[in-house]
Amino acid sequence: MTNLTVSNSTLALGFILVLVALIIGYVEKLHIDKDIIIGVIRAVIQLSLVGYVLKFVIKANDNWLTLACFIIIVLNASWNAGKRGNGIPKAFQSSLLAIFVGTTITLATLVLTGSIKFVPEQIVPVTGMIASNIMVAIGLCYRNMKQTFTDRHQQVLEKLALGADIKLASLDILRDSIKSGMQPTIDSIKTLGLVSLPGMMSGLIFAGVDPVKAIKYQIMVTFMLLASTSIGSIISCYLGYKQFFNGRKQLNNELIS
Amino acid sequence: MDKIFEVRDLSYQVGETKILKHINLDIEKGKYLTVIGPSGSGKSTLMRILASMISATSGEVLFNGQAIEKFESIEYRQKVSYAFQQPTLFGKTVKDNLAFPFEVRKKDFDQAQVISYLEMVNLNETYIDKSVNDVSGGEKQRIALLRNLLFPPEVLITDEVTAGLDTENKAIVHKMLNEFNQRGLTILRVTHDESEINEATAKIEIRNGEMAHD
Repeated sequence: MTNLTVSNSTLALGFILVLVALIIGYVEKLHIDKDIIIGVIRAVIQLSLVGYVLKFVIKANDNWLTLACFIIIVLNASWNAGKRGNGIPKAFQSSLLAIFVGTTITLATLVLTGSIKFVPEQIVPVTGMIASNIMVAIGLCYRNMKQTFTDRHQQVLEKLALGADIKLASLDILRDSIKSGMQPTIDSIKTLGLVSLPGMMSGLIFAGVDPVKAIKYQIMVTFMLLASTSIGSIISCYLGYKQFFNGRKQLNNELIS
Repeated sequence: MDKIFEVRDLSYQVGETKILKHINLDIEKGKYLTVIGPSGSGKSTLMRILASMISATSGEVLFNGQAIEKFESIEYRQKVSYAFQQPTLFGKTVKDNLAFPFEVRKKDFDQAQVISYLEMVNLNETYIDKSVNDVSGGEKQRIALLRNLLFPPEVLITDEVTAGLDTENKAIVHKMLNEFNQRGLTILRVTHDESEINEATAKIEIRNGEMAHD
């Protein structure tokens, strides 16, 4: 841990890097200075608060408090994923179920196999990693689903007209959407260690842990994200596609832009 | 003669725009009815309502004496099939398309039946494995119609299916539809084609969303 030398003064000096982004934005007339400043202020405040909350939760080491953190993370991720539904009805509810089930199954597997312990310093960050990855996957699923329903609505109509059920009429779209949610995770797996040294592994190496041991954790994280994004993508897509049809199994034109 | 469709005071509107206004219409079983009218008059909308692809805003449609809402949608669309003006072929090969009606009914693909249907529209069995990108516009429409007819429905609604086809392709489609009609299939044909309108024995006209009575 002695390698960690970040202090308030070094952080303040690190602010120079934000100035680099601001200068680029100003010189190139990108009009993103306001966004950068607000983003930086929000990040500093949010992370500081979370730091203090985590310090409290870890110190308290209480199972109920750990569960409360789990619920807050899942709810927040679901709310954000729901917003990415872009007009798809019940996007929040579908996301909540997908993120809750995906996170619970993955966490339970990790705890039951002894990969991690049910202690706040392990459960809270791992929950955050899982939920945020499912959240991103669901966002991609919804975006792909809406776009492909728009692009292929004629094909869906023809399949319905031939007497197909809504699932058979949307099967290609369903498969493509699930795939689009899982694809970034699969792509990142392929370049692990070659291009990127991901967060978990980098963090442990930073903290002075033996890189070989850090890699074992990263492998565990890889398995965990693969499972959780698969579960989240499947649940959200299977709940989401039904929203494109009404009770008479007719295509809901209002959702197709 | 028995009525297959009874349309009662049917209206359809999107927002404030009234597309169909108080349509009343009886269609007899086994009829080959030609539906005419200017573009945008509401012909296709009426046909889509009859095919349960969309629902009327008000009024009622009876199919074989029963409100269409009483039927399970999937079961209904297998009885009342809708063929589109510019169909898309699914998947990669012609087989993907001709296997689809079997897939819908959870039945095994019957190659012999498919070949006999292909021959009916002047296509041979080599077409089964052809890529959908290698068939012409006319062949595409014939294959699409076969999807509707492999398990013959009670009613076939064709929405300008011969538009853009050459004389030869039109003749093949007409011959096939006439054969099915003679076997008892009720056909509702939307068309702008002069020759089809002239040879029609039964026709109705929709103008500005209303039945024309002149």
